[in-house]
Amino acid sequence: MYDGAKIIPGLIIFVVLATFAIWYGAGDVKQVPKPEKPVGYTNCVKPTQEMKESHMTLLNQWRDEVIREGKREQVEAGGKMYEKSLQNGCMHCHTSKEKFCDVCHSYASVRPYCWDCHMSAKKIKGLEEAI
Amino acid sequence: MDNKRRKFLKIAGLSAVAGIGAPAALNMLMKGNVQASSSHGHGDDHGGGHEEAKGHGAHQKEVKLGKRYGMVIDVHKFNHTPGLVQKCIDACHDTFNVPDIGNKKDEVKWIWEEPFAHAFPEHSHYKKNTELHHLSFLVTCNHCDSPPCVRACPTQATFKNEDGIVMMDFHRCIGCRFCMAACPYGSRSFNWRDPRGMKDGKPFIKKVNPEFPTRMRGVVEKCNFCAGRLKKGLLPKCVEATGDTKAMVFGDLNDPNSEVSKVLKSRFTIQRKPALGTKPSVFYII
Repeated sequence: MYDGAKIIPGLIIFVVLATFAIWYGAGDVKQVPKPEKPVGYTNCVKPTQEMKESHMTLLNQWRDEVIREGKREQVEAGGKMYEKSLQNGCMHCHTSKEKFCDVCHSYASVRPYCWDCHMSAKKIKGLEEAI
Repeated sequence: MDNKRRKFLKIAGLSAVAGIGAPAALNMLMKGNVQASSSHGHGDDHGGGHEEAKGHGAHQKEVKLGKRYGMVIDVHKFNHTPGLVQKCIDACHDTFNVPDIGNKKDEVKWIWEEPFAHAFPEHSHYKKNTELHHLSFLVTCNHCDSPPCVRACPTQATFKNEDGIVMMDFHRCIGCRFCMAACPYGSRSFNWRDPRGMKDGKPFIKKVNPEFPTRMRGVVEKCNFCAGRLKKGLLPKCVEATGDTKAMVFGDLNDPNSEVSKVLKSRFTIQRKPALGTKPSVFYII
């Protein structure tokens, strides 16, 4: 092989760089996010697993039903009635966006645009304190 | 050899005719069958006849189905109660987190005041009643029966709902502002600036209503006739703010026994720019 002295170290450097993402975090066990559960409520509108997997689908479905079809009737969970609404429904129990929504969203590096318009209690306070 | 070719051509020709003719013949037969069965059904039960009558009726007169919410605004009552106009505006804007940007260019409004000449440009202003000069007219989205904004919207972000309310789905608005160009009443506002922002240390939204979201920059907004409150059996915020003055009467225009319908029957009212054919649902007693 011609120029083996250059090619082989070059190849090694390439492989190391290309697999950087794999070995960089190796052995460093990341804490699985634990969103804070609301106190005093036991039932969500859907089973926990379903909510974990497809809460975004449910939110979109609620949005379309409420705005487009005018189906604003409340949904029942554990004997209590909740509004089909992010701010008035979900966040009635899950009061803190920072301690619930953001915990998983930042772990999974997703940035939902809900919060461009919808507000967490903290945001409302922030807006009001600015006066 | 010749004989074989002759035979082949004959068979080929026949199959071509059969291939083209058979589907056509089958089609004709099928159609004949359907016609026969439909005429049979018509003669047999009364359902068919009833349906035909219904269809016939639709041709002659517009059938009014479902609700169509509307409003009558009594301008004199407003002007006899000082401060009522502002009370209505504040009630609405506080509920829906409508930002007060503070300059005319970036202004966002759901309900606001206009002088007669701006609200009713089609009416003659030549030698008009002096009182009209001083009257202020509360104007908002007219929730037209034939809304031009809905036709202009390329994403169906704005649409007419089952109650005749022209709704906005802020989630779907791409901010193209076609609807603003289409609306002849200027009822739509564009968020040129972030409504959550502030100027000189003063936020655009003075008091936040936690039950309703804000909007984001680049979205069009307008009055929604308080669609959510109506479903709960409440009146729109502005109507509620007028209280017992009866300066605003709200209800179903398609229901002949509703309060609005009764007021509309007994009083002379005008609409904004009726010649455009948008059929506004907001009426004015002048």
